[in-house]
Amino acid sequence: MQTDSPFNRLATATADTVTIEIDGRPFNAREGDSVAAALLAAGCIPSRTTPVSGSPRAPYCMMGVCFECLVEVDGLANVQGCMVQVAEGMKVRRQSGAREMTVGDFHEAV
Amino acid sequence: MSVRNHDNPGETDVAIIGGGLVGMSLAYGLLRQGKRVTVFDEGDQALRASRGNFGLVWVQGKGDTCPEYARLSRLSARLWPELAASLQQDTGIDIELRQQGGLYICLEQDALRQRAEMLARMQQQAGGDYPFEVLSAAQARAKEPALGSDIAGATWSPMDGHLNPLLLLNALHQAFAARGGRLINGRPVQRIQPRRGGGFDVQLSDTRLWANQLVLAAGLGNKALAPQLGLHAPVEPNRGQVLITERLRPFISYPTGHVRQTGEGTVQLGDSKEDVGLDTGTTAEEIGKIAARAIRMYPALEKVRLIRAWGALRVMTPDGYPIYQQSAQYPGAYVVTCHSGVTLGAVHAGPLVDWLLGKDIDISLEAFSADRFPL
Repeated sequence: MQTDSPFNRLATATADTVTIEIDGRPFNAREGDSVAAALLAAGCIPSRTTPVSGSPRAPYCMMGVCFECLVEVDGLANVQGCMVQVAEGMKVRRQSGAREMTVGDFHEAV
Repeated sequence: MSVRNHDNPGETDVAIIGGGLVGMSLAYGLLRQGKRVTVFDEGDQALRASRGNFGLVWVQGKGDTCPEYARLSRLSARLWPELAASLQQDTGIDIELRQQGGLYICLEQDALRQRAEMLARMQQQAGGDYPFEVLSAAQARAKEPALGSDIAGATWSPMDGHLNPLLLLNALHQAFAARGGRLINGRPVQRIQPRRGGGFDVQLSDTRLWANQLVLAAGLGNKALAPQLGLHAPVEPNRGQVLITERLRPFISYPTGHVRQTGEGTVQLGDSKEDVGLDTGTTAEEIGKIAARAIRMYPALEKVRLIRAWGALRVMTPDGYPIYQQSAQYPGAYVVTCHSGVTLGAVHAGPLVDWLLGKDIDISLEAFSADRFPL
């Protein structure tokens, strides 16, 4: 699912394919990609909106500093996408606004 | 809005030492009554209780051994909507005032019973007009579904609420500037000298200003300043540590004494009390205790990230109640100090300003004289 991402792969890069889900749709990332890199390669921009003003955001520093790439990974919200590597079957969801406390959060924690 | 300029930069009607919530609430009220006001704010080296507090507009249980304080807290809560609206009109800032009631969670049955007895006594003292309910754990959860099952219960009062204390401080400063108040900061006040014939000279390193009236609202700084004016302010620091979570969609409806969700989604956890002098740091031990207690109250917090923690120093008198006093030796000099700069903000901007201006007010401030403390 290479879309109209402004980010291109280097032709020399070779790596195995890892299939993840982004917002329920399959995407072929590469082994060793961070989630943030996969989001950029997939053209998933913006990758979230901010909690207070709703302004659009996308991965930026790619090294764990700026927190712009916060994303839901396997049900856990506000994960720094640039600090997590993709894994086969991983489910990534883009966030809209503040993290929601789901019924699951309450029940599991209780 | 009329902007009053100081036509003579060397003098002012009222000088206020301290640009925190107490000083700025007084200053705003004085400007609203047409006074020329100069605020001296020390600078970023100051201890600044107003930048680390919790933001409760709280009534239930406050003043259990001092009915005058209970009345004052309640009066201020009643006056808050008008002050918040006035600040919003002046600045456009919504300080997130919400007064839809508050819960006080008790983890143990003993604590719940003692609290219920205390509130019943306060209700009796108030002639019955002091609304509260005692809730079992199940009743508390019906009101606030995010609460866990490992609590004894809660007390509920419709009198309580909260606001964003940083937005409040910002709004007060912006409104103060817009109404022509003068802020002098970064230069600590070196000396205050009563002038023969009336008024006070405030001495800075490079300049001097004359004020007709002078108010000490310098928090912990009042202790050293008060004796220069024949006043007494035996305040001591008491540290509270506060934790902040990542932003979450609203899932906590009511503030409590320990946990509240802010208007912008973070959850604020706190209410530690430590005597550690002027140390504004944090400790892993206290942070752990605060977090563990909050998780017991709201189990979902276990899966939430903390993003920030800080320590701030409460300004405590020996009995915890405010000092409002005019100097007998130098009339026109006052000390105004308390640890509830948020809750009492609306009283400070209203009735306390009337008191400073010598007007009749329908509350008694005699109970708040520092004469109650030994010299």
